[in-house]
Amino acid sequence: MDLSYYPGCTLKTKALNFEASAIAAMSVLGVNLIEIPRWNCCGTVHSMADDDLAHHIAPVRNLVRVAEQGSNRVVTLCSFCYNTLKRADLLMRNSPEKRNTINSFMDDEIDYNGQVEVVHLLEVLRDDVGWEAIARQVKVPLEGLKVVPYYGCTLTRPQEAAIDSVENPTVIQELMKVLGVTVLDFPLATECCGSFEIVSDPGAVIERAYAILGMAQRKGADAVVLSCPLCAHNLGQKQAEIADKYSDFTGMPIVYFTQLLALAVGVSPEVCRFDLNFGGVEALLRDRGLIPERV
Amino acid sequence: MRLEISSGRLRNEFVAKIAELSGQDINLCYQCGKCSAGCPMSFAMDLLPNQIIRCVQLGLTDDVAKSRTPWLCASCLVCTVRCPKGIDIACVMEALRQIALRRREDFVDPAGLERDTVAELPAIALVSGFRKLTG
Repeated sequence: MDLSYYPGCTLKTKALNFEASAIAAMSVLGVNLIEIPRWNCCGTVHSMADDDLAHHIAPVRNLVRVAEQGSNRVVTLCSFCYNTLKRADLLMRNSPEKRNTINSFMDDEIDYNGQVEVVHLLEVLRDDVGWEAIARQVKVPLEGLKVVPYYGCTLTRPQEAAIDSVENPTVIQELMKVLGVTVLDFPLATECCGSFEIVSDPGAVIERAYAILGMAQRKGADAVVLSCPLCAHNLGQKQAEIADKYSDFTGMPIVYFTQLLALAVGVSPEVCRFDLNFGGVEALLRDRGLIPERV
Repeated sequence: MRLEISSGRLRNEFVAKIAELSGQDINLCYQCGKCSAGCPMSFAMDLLPNQIIRCVQLGLTDDVAKSRTPWLCASCLVCTVRCPKGIDIACVMEALRQIALRRREDFVDPAGLERDTVAELPAIALVSGFRKLTG
């Protein structure tokens, strides 16, 4: 199965581990992620002010690129890109007046009328590939690994863009169980990491990260599994500072769901680029015998 | 506290602008406090989200304009999905930011960020931060 794929900016820079592991794992599962041509930044956040149509043009242009590719479906890995593209699509479907204004402004492009379905890779795994088919491809069951799922904000909010239940999503847990991973109950699974406040108020984000990571540690988790490069940064980058401030915090590996999927279906650990992860993922996986000792 | 409520105060230009930009009817709010209870950034706020809404209802626009709360809102939408009256509170926060940003009152100065900070932050953080906190 070929699927149009929108990468977004961070997957090509700081989150190479997310993209490489996803492409390799999906290939094993028989899904080819075909990068859309001439994509641009999605804008990262959905503009909510009623009169602010200019900022919807960036995501809509990407949807036009998908339509030009002859495709009616696009998949993203990054949760932010998913949310921004999905909500731009919903706006174009549901607001005829705004749709006309935006299409008129982009007079050098084909009109966009909601002809593309925006999906996240977790939806493709659940709804297209299916848990049973994934289970058949598992070559390295990740037994002995205990994780907590972390959805953050943009996979399940707002309601109309949610890939799963808004308050009690289960898709990451379901995937992890198929891979042989033990999933622990995690009350903060959908609590915000502080998001873009890292730019203006890193101190507040450190408090958020400590709340989330500290809970993961108390639950006995080996790692936090997530799908958003901004969550990965906010929960990962400042762990040394968190440990300095809060002596009970001892560090927490942060891993993308695609990396564990790739490892389990037999993709080489080098492809997964665990060296780019925060919190000591390589050491954890070595300790559990899931990747070879360094030679 | 003595509070004078008049129709002029309740229907001032600032309140009208919030309604226009957010498309929300904040008078539906009956102060249950669910938005503030779920807000992950409330620990750092001077006015809680429900207090912002109450101030707007009462036309206390100076208090709202001075508050740091809209700038601490991370647009995580927990308040929005939990409001029993269907008010998109995150959208009200966006309107409050937009009113300031359209007066060229940026909350962060991109040029003032340390070089090391910029190198450390992923593109997703910089773009979203500047989109929300600068005009």
